[in-house]
Order: sequence, then C-alpha cells, then structure tokens
Amino acid sequence: MHLRCMVEHWEDALAGLSPQAMGQLMPMFLWLDRRGTVRALGPTLGKILGPDCPIGTSFSRHFQLGSARARRSGAAGAGMMAGGRRLHLTLCARPEISLRGSAVEIGQDGAEGVLVNLTFGIHLAEAVRVFSLTEADFAPSDLAMELLYLQEAKTAVLDELRALNERLEDARRSAVTQALTDPLTGLANRRAFDLALDRAIKGLGLGGAPFALAHVDLDHFKAVNDTLGHAAGDFVLAKAAEVLREETRRGDVVARVGGDEFVLLLRGALAPERLAAMGARIIARLEQPWAFDGATCRISGSIGVALSAQYVRPDAELMLADADAALYASKRQGRGRCTIAGNPGPPESDSRLN
Amino acid sequence: MHGLINKSVQAFLRDNYGQALWARVAQEIGIGPEGFEAMLHYDDALTADLIRAAMVALDKPRGVLLDDIGAYLTTVEPLRRLLRFSGTDYWEFLFSLEELQGRGLMALPDLELPELGLNAESRGRFTLDVRGPMPGWGAVLAGLLRAMADDYGALVLIEMIEGQGPGERVQVLLLEAAYAEGRRFELARPREVL
Repeated sequence: MHLRCMVEHWEDALAGLSPQAMGQLMPMFLWLDRRGTVRALGPTLGKILGPDCPIGTSFSRHFQLGSARARRSGAAGAGMMAGGRRLHLTLCARPEISLRGSAVEIGQDGAEGVLVNLTFGIHLAEAVRVFSLTEADFAPSDLAMELLYLQEAKTAVLDELRALNERLEDARRSAVTQALTDPLTGLANRRAFDLALDRAIKGLGLGGAPFALAHVDLDHFKAVNDTLGHAAGDFVLAKAAEVLREETRRGDVVARVGGDEFVLLLRGALAPERLAAMGARIIARLEQPWAFDGATCRISGSIGVALSAQYVRPDAELMLADADAALYASKRQGRGRCTIAGNPGPPESDSRLN
Repeated sequence: MHGLINKSVQAFLRDNYGQALWARVAQEIGIGPEGFEAMLHYDDALTADLIRAAMVALDKPRGVLLDDIGAYLTTVEPLRRLLRFSGTDYWEFLFSLEELQGRGLMALPDLELPELGLNAESRGRFTLDVRGPMPGWGAVLAGLLRAMADDYGALVLIEMIEGQGPGERVQVLLLEAAYAEGRRFELARPREVL
C-alpha cells in the first residue's frame, strides 16, 4: 500500500494526539506493551470490558485470539498480532461475541508495543444489546448504524413478504379448490376427475396400483325435478353425493360430471364380485325414499364399471367409453343395476386383454 | 407507485378514522376492503385517486391531509426506529435527511422516495428542497419533521414556503435541539418489536 504524506517529523507531530482524541477516532482501540499488558484503551472497549479498569492487566485475561495463529504461537503475546493481518478475537467473558480488527507496532521494532483497532463483526446487534451500546459508542466512520438499520429494515420487509406469501398461498388454494369442486354437492368436478384419471393412468405405467372406473347415472331424477321442482332435484343430488361419498374410500375420487351423472375412481375393492356388491349397496341406498318438504323423492341408479386391469395399455377415453357402455347395458336391462365391462367375457378390442 | 406508500395511506386512514371510513375510501377507488399489499406495485393514478378520495372522506385540503400522513408515519414504531437510526439528535437527523432517499433504497431497492436537499440558511434556519416523483411530498415531509422533533424533544417551527425551483420547499426553524426529554430510543431492538 502506497501512503501519501507531507509530514516531515511524523512521530513528533503525532505526539500531540491525546488519548481522548484517539478514543474519539477509534472508540475500540487497545494499546498493549511488548508483554501484552494493556496500556490504554478506547471508551467503548472500556465499557465492554466492565467496570474494573483493565489498564495494567494482561490482554489474555480479557481476550482470546480466535485464529489458528494463536494455537501456533501458544501464548497471547503482543508480537504475534502485529503485521497488519486481520485479527479475530473473542471476549473471555462473552465467548459468543467476536471482535475483529488489526494491529500495528508502535515505536522502533515495536518497542512501545502494538496498537490494535477493533470492531464488532456479525455479532454487532447482540453486542449492542448485551453492552447497552448507543450511537455515541461507535465512530461515525463505522458502518455499525447502517448495519443495524439494515437488519431492522430487512426484518420488516421479510415480515411483509412472508405475510404476503401466506395470503397469496391461501388465495391460490381456495382458487384451486373452487376450480376443481362442484359447488352444489362439494364433490370433485369434471376437471378434477380428468386430472385424477390422468394421474392414475400415468401411475400405472410407473408401477402404480390398478383402479376401477364407475359411471353412475341416477334413474328417475328428471321426474323428481319436473314434478317436485329444482329445489327437490338439488336436494336429491346432494343426498346421492352423500351416499357415493360414504360408500367409497378416502383415497377414491367421487365426481359429479353432469346433471345427474357421477363418476367414481376406485382404488380398492377391485375384484368384480366386490365391485358388484358395492354397486348393489349404492343402488339400494339410492332407492331409499327421501322426504323433502312434505313430499317423497324416489330415485334409483344405474352403474357401469371398467377395470384398468383389463387393458394392456389403459386409456382414459377408452375406459370411460367402456364404463359408459356398461352403464347403458344396465339401463337396457331395466335400470337399478350394476354392470362390469368385460365381465364375464371382455368386449372386443385390440388394446384389451383376452 | 410502491405499494408501501399506498399501504401507509391506508393504515393512516384505518388507524386514525376506523375501518368503516377506510372501506368507503376503498370502495370509492374501486379496490377491495383488504386494501393494498405493501410489497406490490400499483398504478400511480390509483395513488392520486386514493389521496383525492381521502380528502373528500375527511373533508381536508390536500396539504393538511398529507401533513397528517407524514406525522402518522412516525407513530409506526418500526418506521420510527428506522428514522431514529439517522442521528443522535434532531440536528444530526436534519443533516442526514439528504441520505433519506438512499436509506430507503437500501431497504427496498424499488422504493421511490423524494430527493431531499438541506440548506443551512442562518443560525437555526434551514430549508429543505423536496423533489418527489409526485407533488405533495413536501407536505408529508413537513408533518414528518414536526413529529420527529417531538420524538427527539426538539423545539421547531416548520412550514411550507415558496421555492424558486420546480420542487417544493419546507422551512425548518430549529429553536432548541434539546428542549424536552424526547421519546426513548435504544439501538438494540426491544423484544416486543421483534
């Protein structure tokens, strides 16, 4: 480092620098003699080291050198600190607070010891709290105030951002729920069902579990709607939704995909007999008369089921079409029944198993 | 306009005059009662609408309203603390005003605060030139400087005066920097503010 200077007798001129002036310029300076005894120190450092005057005591009573250098030289003498290298110190009384700074020799070959200037590192805020420091304890050239300011500003900004993120996440969740829910029954809607079916089919290719697709159509719903009114129709739909939800498992998807049409994505109970039993149970419950506003609503249901295990390469459209065909088979056979596609003999198609 | 500015006006209206008045203003300018997000940006025209609607709702002239908003800002504790980091006394606070824009940018790189220039005219008399992205910042600063004088315990007289340039000008008569006790400020953040 090249130093510009127009002072002829530097040392003599500097003799006019009083300890007070030095302390003002460097509130955390420390002057050690050759043996490492404290000769003078700045006012802020004095505040940190406590009420007992540290002058005349040993450096190592108050500080521990934190660098590898301390371990190498073994003792905390004054000599090892000189050389302008960055120093890391910890306070013996408060090991959690570290200081950093640099040291230079004073006098001929350090005859007068070393001058150390210290500052707080990243533990600034902690030190300010622990030692009740004020702005006056820092040199105006120290960036301590800016650092404290930034720390508080950053906290305020982050708090705002976190709150904003939470609000956005809530809004996103409710938008997603709205986009995927049938408002009348609270069941999944067509979109949600298509997504779930797509995922289930993709999952099959990755070793996922087989599933069944059931298409449920309410019988005599139109009659209820026409004779008892829309309110009764809505009531019946809500009741039917309740039945479907109760007769399926938690991991299954129940969706309302049309006026009185529902589809189920079933992940358990995949043996045809068990599916047939489940279908029969659903139909039996749908056929129970429901009282609404003094009138009795009577409906039934027809069901068509397709099983993913019956396809070499299951395909959403094909499975839906087969479930649909099975549903119409139920209707043709007089309604109020459940038909499983490909059971007993699979329908003819090249992507189906024989 | 930075959402923080709109949000501050919203907080001023809600904290000082109640949720009902704020809801009326919000409806008037066509936003929901939940109001502004401090960390988003809004069209400048919306801020102008907001100020106009607040003037009508409170039946106050623009200058008085903005002055009140400036004073209100110092009652928001985190903001008051950030302002107090600028100096140990009111004198230093005044001299640090020129850094206010930079300090704002240090916290939020997209915050558009006005550019401030302090002139020491004679003993204890200062003028502050305010050049902001929209007119009215002078009145906000006047209110803020008056309230901060109370905070520091300084005795001041502050008023808007005619400036020569295109910006606004605030005159500060600092009668006594240490007139009263002032409010407490410790560098370490109190636990309840955390």
